[in-house]
Amino acid sequence: MNLAKLIFAYLRARALNTVLHIVLLGLGIGTITLLLLATEQLDQRMRRDAQNIDLVVGAKGSPMQIILSAIYHLDVPTGNIAYTQAKEIAAHRAVKKTIPLALGDSYRGFRIAGTTHDYVAHYGAKLSTGALWQRPLEAVLGATVAEQTGHGVGAKFAGAHGMGDGGDAHEGADYVVTGVLAPSGTVLDRLVLTSVESVWAVHAQHQGVHDVATAAERMKDEEKEYTALLIQYASPLATAILPRYVNNNSDMQAASPVLETARLFSIIGVGVDVLRGFALVLVFSAGLSVFIALYGALKERRYDLAIMRTLGASPGRLMALMLGEGVLLAGAGGVLGLALGHAFAQLVGVALKTARQVEITGLTWLPEELLLLVMALVVGAIAALLPAWRAYRTDIAGTLARG
Amino acid sequence: MFAVRQVVHGYEGTEVLRVSSWSAGQGSHWLLLGPSGSGKTTLLHILAGILRPTSGGVQVADQELTALAASALDRFRGRNVGIVLQRLHLLPSLTVAQNVALAQYLAGVPQDAARVSEVLHSLDLADKAQAFPHALSHGQAQRVAIARAVVNRPRILLADEPTSNLDDARCLQALDLLVTQAQACNATLVIATHDQRIKARIPNQHVLGAAAPSSS
Repeated sequence: MNLAKLIFAYLRARALNTVLHIVLLGLGIGTITLLLLATEQLDQRMRRDAQNIDLVVGAKGSPMQIILSAIYHLDVPTGNIAYTQAKEIAAHRAVKKTIPLALGDSYRGFRIAGTTHDYVAHYGAKLSTGALWQRPLEAVLGATVAEQTGHGVGAKFAGAHGMGDGGDAHEGADYVVTGVLAPSGTVLDRLVLTSVESVWAVHAQHQGVHDVATAAERMKDEEKEYTALLIQYASPLATAILPRYVNNNSDMQAASPVLETARLFSIIGVGVDVLRGFALVLVFSAGLSVFIALYGALKERRYDLAIMRTLGASPGRLMALMLGEGVLLAGAGGVLGLALGHAFAQLVGVALKTARQVEITGLTWLPEELLLLVMALVVGAIAALLPAWRAYRTDIAGTLARG
Repeated sequence: MFAVRQVVHGYEGTEVLRVSSWSAGQGSHWLLLGPSGSGKTTLLHILAGILRPTSGGVQVADQELTALAASALDRFRGRNVGIVLQRLHLLPSLTVAQNVALAQYLAGVPQDAARVSEVLHSLDLADKAQAFPHALSHGQAQRVAIARAVVNRPRILLADEPTSNLDDARCLQALDLLVTQAQACNATLVIATHDQRIKARIPNQHVLGAAAPSSS
């Protein structure tokens, strides 16, 4: 016999109540865990995808749409920008580096991005097999794309017009896979990369040009278009100059990833806050139910408590018994909550993966989760505090005499 | 042994108990007699160290109880006092064996499963060790309560109205069990009762008068 066995005996004697408290607390803690995992991973991925990109220039439209389409590849582009104007921007003294993007086609729902080798280097991605593209219509697959399509080096495929599944296939302009990227945890995992010239050539062919291999070479600069330009500033001073220069002197639109993602998170944040508030209400009501149960049990157990005092238990022992019961319930609820949170996150991750969106996993742990467990234990201890104090104050002779 | 000297106990000015002197040698057996309301249970609680008298001295097993601090009194009670209450009250969520072992645990003595089964055996409860209290008859439950009281080999064994709900045969059985168990650990035995049937069985008797409704 010991304190833990005694507590277990009491919890077992009221098994249904015990399960109710644990589940209630588990749901609350689980929801918070899920939110924590999802927002943390989303935030991390968004930061990584936008790292060191100071400005994105695209066609006039919503700056958030430009960021969503050109950095995260989640939205459709606002339109295209002229190659000649993009070159002017790239030549600006405030600009250190530019990466062009030509979008518009996709393969089985994965976007085909015409760009330069700089784009791969920017995210520090490595090839797992093969080599980067060199000539038109050579393509490199992101890790997720390769995994889900099953294509490797040497495979041939035709891009489809548009961003989703089911666009017209570009017949007669097959891409050849020359390499596959290793997983980088960035947006590159979900992209098919090729040269800008490939994208131009495929669209020239669409408009009646037949010799795809040399189509881009024969295009005039005025005919060439980018979708967006990712820009790195030469100095912090550029923040004050470049966006205004772009917006005032061209029919292009500048968008700041930092500003737009902050705006996006403040919008998502409202929803997250509401959910978190709801979860806290769950945790609070779990604490309340534990309190009511223990307080109610006092009445039922006052004779038990008096007997234990008669058998030599100190008042502190009885206090420990009640506190222990609250803390044990809370601990079990907390552990269940963490398990539920991770299971939910994993489920959401699987659902999102098939939707080819942002990836979330339930298989990582955050240090904040330890805090959640501590929070659960504190809730349990607080709920048990008053009952424990009443147990401490048990009047043995009075209780025994009243019977 | 125990010795009670000039003990007075009262609640809010109403005196419920007055004992001028009562003492007993170690291992002796006593009946504490008196009508209802004469303070038998109160005196039993005072002897058990559950209640501190308003005034007077109580010595149990060579220890002056009034001199003990609260925590020391708890420890003393757990190790030296066995008490069988009128309402037996076993802990309903524990098995018979666990109810008995609980007395060892709460007294802070080494937990000895052999001693638990020895006591259960001596009270003919060996086959009920894993049963829960709700499955026991009144007689079985009383024997478990006796087992719980004697498992720590107390110096004093107290019983409050142990025969009040029993028929004649069981009444004497219960008395015999208490006497046998007290003898087995050489405990001083005090049985508070108003049951006429057992008066002839134990010659040492202390009679409490009805509490005089005096003010103090």
